[in-house]
Amino acid sequence: MQIPIETYRLPNGLFVTLSEDHTAPIVAVNLWYHVGSANERAGRTGFAHLFEHMLFQGSEDVGANEHFELIQRAGGTLNGSTWLDRTNYFETVPSNQCELVLWLEANRMGKLLPAMTQQKLDTQRDVVKNERRWSVDNQPYGTCWERLQALCFPPEHPFHHSLIGSMEDLSAASLQDIAQFFATYYTPDNAVLSIAGDFDPAQVRRWVDQHFGPIPRGAGRPPLDNTALPARFGEWKRETVPDDVALPRLFLAFRSPVFGSDAYYAASVCGAVLGLRKGSVLHRTLVRERQVAAEAQAFTFDLTKGCDLLVLDVVARQGVDGDRLHDEVAQVVDHVHRTGVTPADVARASALIEMDFTGAVQSAGERADRLSMFATYFGDPALVNAQVERYRAVTVDAVNAFIREYLGPDNRASLMYVPREDTGEAEPVAAAAEAGR
Amino acid sequence: MTAAKSQAVIRPGPGPSRPYHFPAFERVRMDNGMELVCAPVHKVPLVSVNVLVDAGATADPAGHEGVAHLTAQLLLEGTATMDGATLAERMERLGATVDAQADWDGAVVSMTVLSANLRPALDLLRDMLRAPAFAEREVARLKAERLAELLQLRSDPGALADEQFSRFLYRGESRYARLEGGDEASITSIARADIQGFYEARYRPAGMQVIVAGDVSVADAHEQVQRVFGDWRGERAVRVEADDRAANNSRVLRVVTKADAPQSELRIGHVGVPRAHPDYFPLVVMNAVLGGLFSSRINLNLREAHGYTYGAHSAFEWRRQAGPFVVSTAVQTDVTADAAREAIGEIARMREGLIEPGELSLAVDYLDGVFPIRYETTAAICAALSTLVRYELPADYFDTYRRRIREVTAEDVLRVAREHLHPESLLMVAVGDAAAIRGPLDALRFGPMTTHDAEGRDVAR
Repeated sequence: MQIPIETYRLPNGLFVTLSEDHTAPIVAVNLWYHVGSANERAGRTGFAHLFEHMLFQGSEDVGANEHFELIQRAGGTLNGSTWLDRTNYFETVPSNQCELVLWLEANRMGKLLPAMTQQKLDTQRDVVKNERRWSVDNQPYGTCWERLQALCFPPEHPFHHSLIGSMEDLSAASLQDIAQFFATYYTPDNAVLSIAGDFDPAQVRRWVDQHFGPIPRGAGRPPLDNTALPARFGEWKRETVPDDVALPRLFLAFRSPVFGSDAYYAASVCGAVLGLRKGSVLHRTLVRERQVAAEAQAFTFDLTKGCDLLVLDVVARQGVDGDRLHDEVAQVVDHVHRTGVTPADVARASALIEMDFTGAVQSAGERADRLSMFATYFGDPALVNAQVERYRAVTVDAVNAFIREYLGPDNRASLMYVPREDTGEAEPVAAAAEAGR
Repeated sequence: MTAAKSQAVIRPGPGPSRPYHFPAFERVRMDNGMELVCAPVHKVPLVSVNVLVDAGATADPAGHEGVAHLTAQLLLEGTATMDGATLAERMERLGATVDAQADWDGAVVSMTVLSANLRPALDLLRDMLRAPAFAEREVARLKAERLAELLQLRSDPGALADEQFSRFLYRGESRYARLEGGDEASITSIARADIQGFYEARYRPAGMQVIVAGDVSVADAHEQVQRVFGDWRGERAVRVEADDRAANNSRVLRVVTKADAPQSELRIGHVGVPRAHPDYFPLVVMNAVLGGLFSSRINLNLREAHGYTYGAHSAFEWRRQAGPFVVSTAVQTDVTADAAREAIGEIARMREGLIEPGELSLAVDYLDGVFPIRYETTAAICAALSTLVRYELPADYFDTYRRRIREVTAEDVLRVAREHLHPESLLMVAVGDAAAIRGPLDALRFGPMTTHDAEGRDVAR
């Protein structure tokens, strides 16, 4: 299945990709800004994400929260998200509301600052702190993302620090930071605009010109600090976190080739062989046969700079302690490292990956997001149409070559959560006594 | 300044809207009492299949809560001729995504597959549904996995709050008062024979529905479903109804302790109404204004005006009998009582007067406009048809949905708010740092307060 794609650039540098599909009267608009937590300066962890919140607080011609209201009033869905190296904003609306969305996105790209106030910043700071409490601090294993990054990337590396940020750094963020970040990164030449679905291309080009055309080009995106890393850790890093969790859970990470490289596709297939669904090696071995795990899966970060990470994520079954879980997972990985995987394993993984891709791109929003991703990272949204072929081209030999090179003991990082009781602290008793007063 | 300028700028209005029709579907009754519901959609080479079985958690035998859930999950764990690993391997080699779950109102076996692989995938689906092995070893394993899941739930404040809310909301003997998937006591009591017995009693072709949506014709779908299920015989199982009566008819506050929690998970609500209630459309609009949308009263108040939370919302949980109506949010510990007061105030305010025209149009325009966006995938179309069939909604339900939403008036919203919101009999559950939140919550004078541990045991006094 091929997605039709047109691309062009506005004189101010905005990269535009269009993909028509008239099967339903729906259109998705998707903007990627090439900035994420990696671009934050020291002492401002969490700022890229806080800034994403501020983009919903209005712009020169849009009131606070009006962006949400106008899109929902139009019958649309919307959100934004922040990652290590990009931030995206997306809407899916009935196709007759396309121009409204383009106008709203252009208004905040061009004229955000007049709407920024200290009060809005203070409120969103509280909202984000509550997001942190909810998704990180008060959530079992909620610190896993920031701990994985801290364990797998050296302290001076742009991917080392927490994406959601620390409470102290969130408190320190000022309106001046907002102005500076906006001027530096939220410029048309640092953005990709993708539009997918039911639209008339000539008309959409006119709207894009009209609304985005007048926004001035930026001064150029400052380069990231050096992201280069050795291909492997060179050791087996280990961290154990006693936490308020019920069961041990191991995240076992490997440095792996960056997203987009040929070897990435072998790594990705390897991840699926090991941890995608019930037929995967981890599920088969640890959940079904050995019965030491309750859940097992694998994922990649999909990073395009420095190195990517392939991560195995295994939750222990009741009665299996952290050490045992660690040994069991290590045995499976050692075995795979020694013997490799089979053509049947690879065929299963490839079939599932292809199916998931086909399923996902049914949605206009997913198509637009993938177009933006390939345009942002590689300057070529048409790569979306090459994905199935690139996965099909992965041979069992390529997967086994990846395994030999990257799954060895010199390229592992273990992040192990264990129930805090294991360390002898008696919190539940204290809780009961507290409540009894 | 911002407001004044925004008056002056002309915002782009909508262009002419293009029509949208929910995919046409046909219903075919088979002579063994099964029904095929098929929506041909040829946009991508995929087919989604849902098999609906009247074998939901509501039908769990008392004391063995969780049998429905385990039975559905065990369909994936081996058949008379294939062990679980082989079954998974064969399905996945076809690229098929397959799942089996039981919710309150039924078991659903769902699958999405490339249309070219529909035939072999249906062969496997036949074996799963008609010849499950329920091997001792797999039964024991899934029970252990459920126990692990329950341990996880007890340490997850949000999941714990949901559980404790239902537990305190319904009468103790109601199936709705206990977890859909069963708890420690009930799961431990389940033996293989209970699962086999439940399967034989409830997995009957008569009364089953097979929903097929995607790249297939009705004739082809019929031929294939007939091929795999046509010679399966069995009488319809007797429908079991849940007791949906509330445990209390007055306000009650339950604090569940989680020492040093940085946030409190709040659940505030009461028993709602059944899915087939004639007030469904005005209730959906009313809830959108109250707490269903980002720009709803509750979210704008708790999140945007006060910064108490990352998000707050309200929902009616739709089931065959009356599921909960509940406001859910996680708030910073030191504002727990303030947030609760605001949420309760918003529930009461819905009953006090007509909503603003702008509020009504926001909810109606959103629900009307978003309708086509909900059905972009074969799996979503399949799920929508499953809802239609399961709750016996009229054949023109999807064709008239948008009109019926648009017909809701502010007066309708006020009427259903007064009829179906009950501020005088709210249950509030707060999972959090009891030492810090009990005092301020008590000062709200909401109602009698008790304190509990994560298993729901009374720990106060």
